[in-house]
Amino acid sequence: MLEVQDLSMRFGGLLAVDGVHLDVQNHEIVSVIGPNGAGKTTVFNCVSGFYKPTGGKILFEGKEVQGKPDYKISRLGMVRTFQHVRLFGQMSVVENLLVAQHRHLNTNLLSGLLKTPDYRSREKRSLDKAAYWLERVGLLELANREAGNLAYGQQRRLEIARCMVTEPKLLMLDEPAAGLNPAETNDLNQLIMSLKEDYNVSVLLIEHDMSLVMDISDRITVINQGRPLASGTPDDVRQNDDVIKAYLGEA
Amino acid sequence: MQDLLYFSQQLVNGLTIGSAYALIAIGYTMVYGIIGMINFAHGEIYMIGAYTALIAITGLATLGVAWLPVILLVALICAVIVSSSMGWAVERVAYRPVRGRHRLIPLISAIGMSIFLQNYVHLAQGSRNIGFPALIDGSFRFGAPESFQLSLSYMQITIFITTLICMTLLSLFISRSRIGRACRAVSQDLGMANLLGIDTNRIISATFVIGASLAAVAGLLLGMYYGSVDPLFGFIAGLKAFTAAVLGGIGSIPGAMLGGLILGVSESMTSGYLSGEYKDVVSFSLLILILLFKPTGLLGKPEVEKI
Repeated sequence: MLEVQDLSMRFGGLLAVDGVHLDVQNHEIVSVIGPNGAGKTTVFNCVSGFYKPTGGKILFEGKEVQGKPDYKISRLGMVRTFQHVRLFGQMSVVENLLVAQHRHLNTNLLSGLLKTPDYRSREKRSLDKAAYWLERVGLLELANREAGNLAYGQQRRLEIARCMVTEPKLLMLDEPAAGLNPAETNDLNQLIMSLKEDYNVSVLLIEHDMSLVMDISDRITVINQGRPLASGTPDDVRQNDDVIKAYLGEA
Repeated sequence: MQDLLYFSQQLVNGLTIGSAYALIAIGYTMVYGIIGMINFAHGEIYMIGAYTALIAITGLATLGVAWLPVILLVALICAVIVSSSMGWAVERVAYRPVRGRHRLIPLISAIGMSIFLQNYVHLAQGSRNIGFPALIDGSFRFGAPESFQLSLSYMQITIFITTLICMTLLSLFISRSRIGRACRAVSQDLGMANLLGIDTNRIISATFVIGASLAAVAGLLLGMYYGSVDPLFGFIAGLKAFTAAVLGGIGSIPGAMLGGLILGVSESMTSGYLSGEYKDVVSFSLLILILLFKPTGLLGKPEVEKI
């Protein structure tokens, strides 16, 4: 589904990402881990179109997407979250989900003004879908709250729901467990697993929380100082000497 | 009693002019809310609205149309169409090509646009004042005939009611409609809205068009109220409306409404109790005071540093 080949990204004299390979198959959860400053988020930014990579190829469903603008990439079915929460804080919880379906709604202004039956049924469907996902992430009772007033863990879940209403093929989560307590992390764990199992979404994950990563990943890619260090199943990675060295230092 | 009537008269005058300021101020505040920049050509869009309405009224008069509602409606529609296409064009020509550059660049290009439009009208319509027919005559009068009378003209009532309708429609549009929802999302986080597949370019165009339409309505109303237009018609009104938007908190739509009313009332009180010469002094002093003590305006939210 997603294939990143020999990706590199240079900021002036700094080579932040150098020769990273990555691939995500259908129905798979792949994690990218590495020490702070390893270039994980830079890889994400290249894939999602925030940065134009200075080298390498990014293929999504066989088509080259490197250097395309972010909105075009997201329309292909790749949505992402950020390390910090980026909800529309002054809008209500349900509005956050409705606005994410903007593109799927009727684009005709006239039918909106006249509230034609077609327009109404589309509005109704998007509202139903929003309600479904709010229920799914346990926020239905809070639907009319202002999103900015939710607790941090709830905001995180709302962000994932907002991604899901756009019906993505690939969900890219940048440190979704950052700042969550163990119980919330566990919930998140379950949620991500079920996205894969029940909704057939592939997930590309950046995460520091090792218990989360080891539990849910099908494969893990480790990068260190912008270079690929190791890649394989969680067990392979756990036993890889280079990885242990990078994380724990040399004995 | 006399004093009360005199005070009420100033209040009525102030609210009239203030609600028209508010209509223009919406355009500044919405554009600022979405792209974080001031549309310096907005005053000219308002002026063009007034001219278009005048041309339409004159045209209808030569055609022999005399029924007032038709004249007003046609003038309104023409003004809105021409002004909103101008608003759209200003965004395409002066803002979109330089978006994402240094903030001074669109500022300068918008000022350029403003000078261009002003001079274009100078050339096309001449620089003299042109009389604007007072289509809505007459007034209600209160108070004894031989002493001070409070006069509430039909024109003033028209301005109030039209403004009220426009504001209600706008509030409904912003809070209920799909595009309004997208406008709010774009103003809060343009990048994220883009990522969620919202066509942010269209939303930005839409805000310019909405702001320009309201300015056109104000152009028609104030043209009739003042009784004349000239190519500099938009300059002072634009400055005042900008002041109103800053006063209420730029980026906030209720703020623009409130700011317009406060500015209008304080101006007419100054003219009524001090002297007409001082009214601009008072309104711009208000601006300075607000910028000194509450830079975010009355209803503006303090800018939270994004981490």
